[in-house]
Amino acid sequence: MRKKLATVWLGGCSGCHMSFLDLDERLLEIAQWADVVKSPVVDQKEFPEVDVVLVEGAVVNAEHEEEIVLMRRRSRVLVAFGDCAVTANVPSMRNAWPKEVVLRRSYLEVPGTVEGRVPTEEVAALIDRVRPLHELVKVDFFLPGCPPSADLIYYVLTELLHDRVPVLDEARLKFG
Amino acid sequence: MRKITINPVTRIEGHAKITLQLDEVGEVATARFHVNEFRGFEKFCEGRLFTEMPNITPRICGICPVSHAVASAKAGEMIMKVTPPVAGELVRRLIHLGQHISSHALSFFHLSCPDLLLGWGGDPARRNIVGLAAAHPDVARRGIRLRQFGQEISERITGKKIHAIGIVAGGMLQPLTEEAREALRAWVPEARETVRLGLELLARHCAEHADEVRDFDRFETLYLGTVGPEGEHELYDGRLRFVDARGGMLADQLDPARYLDWIAEQPVEWSYLKYPYYRPLGPERGVYRVGPLARLNVASRMKTPLAQAEFERFRALAEGGPVHGSFRYHQARLIETLGCVEEIELLLDDPRITSDETQAQARRNQAEGVGCSESPRGTLFHHYVTDAGGLLTGVNLLIATGQNNPAMNRSILDVARRHVRGNDISEEALNRVEGAIRCYDPCLSCSTHAVGSMPLVIELRNARGDLTGCWARGTGG
Ligand code: SF4
Repeated sequence: MRKKLATVWLGGCSGCHMSFLDLDERLLEIAQWADVVKSPVVDQKEFPEVDVVLVEGAVVNAEHEEEIVLMRRRSRVLVAFGDCAVTANVPSMRNAWPKEVVLRRSYLEVPGTVEGRVPTEEVAALIDRVRPLHELVKVDFFLPGCPPSADLIYYVLTELLHDRVPVLDEARLKFG
Repeated sequence: MRKITINPVTRIEGHAKITLQLDEVGEVATARFHVNEFRGFEKFCEGRLFTEMPNITPRICGICPVSHAVASAKAGEMIMKVTPPVAGELVRRLIHLGQHISSHALSFFHLSCPDLLLGWGGDPARRNIVGLAAAHPDVARRGIRLRQFGQEISERITGKKIHAIGIVAGGMLQPLTEEAREALRAWVPEARETVRLGLELLARHCAEHADEVRDFDRFETLYLGTVGPEGEHELYDGRLRFVDARGGMLADQLDPARYLDWIAEQPVEWSYLKYPYYRPLGPERGVYRVGPLARLNVASRMKTPLAQAEFERFRALAEGGPVHGSFRYHQARLIETLGCVEEIELLLDDPRITSDETQAQARRNQAEGVGCSESPRGTLFHHYVTDAGGLLTGVNLLIATGQNNPAMNRSILDVARRHVRGNDISEEALNRVEGAIRCYDPCLSCSTHAVGSMPLVIELRNARGDLTGCWARGTGG
């Protein structure tokens, strides 16, 4: 049976997605086993029911909180994709300060700013603490790396899309 | 007016969204591009060692991490008052050009070709790289391999494609080996052919859809880009040039370290992305653009022959003045890619590039440093202030997509006015509005020092501001 695959981008730098694109021609191989039904690189309205979702990034704002819960509900296998999803990584560096202080710096205090103000309309509100995925939902697989290499992504996807359990042993687990 | 309910799923979708406000007669009155996310590098880098920054700041963006690393390393070099050895500069330049190729290839082949070859009104489920591979396997495969070539340069030098450790204040940690040089050299002809294929595809599209290309917004702005000492096109290192909408020189050979004299930024309530402008002319008249279109509009010439020939054709579109149509970003991007491939070939032939001497050592010698480089999407500034121990006390980042923000807002207004009337948006009109954004190839990761794929939500509001329609879907970012 063809599988449905999604890749989603929360609070990350897109680097994990770029590593996914580093599958290069193997992307077309993946496309033979699965339809990429939701991803920043395809056009699709809403998050559908999927077999596997790779989630890049940490949970940074209120919209991510809703999104991750919804994705969990609609996905058979949820993979924390990269260090930001696994540990909250670089985005969580802001946790050392209250979010108001962090916002003030970027919108009122940095040099070159004229008529500073913090955006509040039509933008997602930051949550107090940036969090890794597993603090909010059950994560089935942790795929570390900043980003995980294309070879590791290929291995994990190949296993999952053929209903096998990827073995992330010491040789494969590598942060940073 | 009929009120269209917002699907809760699509509601929580948007990392970026567009709102279109209609006036009483149903014409588009305002259009806004909202960027939804924020990470806060400017604050949280405080207290780190300035020498750590070339490893932290690439995490702003996985599409142009090398540009961040380069700007960061240069800011560090100013703090250390040191210049890297020749081989360090050459290898760094090589990786930087490689990143331009992979980013430009992604923008053109993976993200834009589906529109150009499958049609604006094509089935959204097929309008992507996989759909492209089914319909035009050769184009897709070659595009993928062109991107791979760019990524491979970093891999061959540092052992990693994304967020490689190697670019440091003072130069490069690793030299280029003979073996890597040979392997990359062998790939050059194929890369050159693929860029030419891209240029042909685009030329054909422009010829077959002349009206549409002309119809794309073509409002006039100022332009900013880096140039070499003779005004030549430059991506890695140089001085800044601003030109006006007629091509007149506003300011030339500016020291990037003094960027604050020329550029100011105004935050807005409704987006995490600020409104930068050319300070001497103010926020209204000082709207400028950066990136491939801007760089080709400010440059006096390209550095290599094939790119120069294309450049001459490009500038002839506007009789030598600046080319304003946003659609021409695509062409400018490909011309730059061609120039990158040619320059890479020259670099690989330079006997100095494989020297082991790649790094200069120094300690902190002054408090402040500014580093600037041209990222694929435009001019990028990193500005650091340190204390006596080298810990950062101030960080300011001025990012390419941020600088295009005022112009992107103008572009969607232009396109929406032509394609949206009343409460009805066709799939095609929707895609065209997004297409206006896609021309800029905006990188929301970078621009907000935040995140952001490019799923867009378009909201339509009537003259009273009530929500009357909402469309959502992901677009390539
Ligand atoms: S894990 Fe690394 S590469 Fe992936 S999103 Fe986070 S910072 Fe970027």
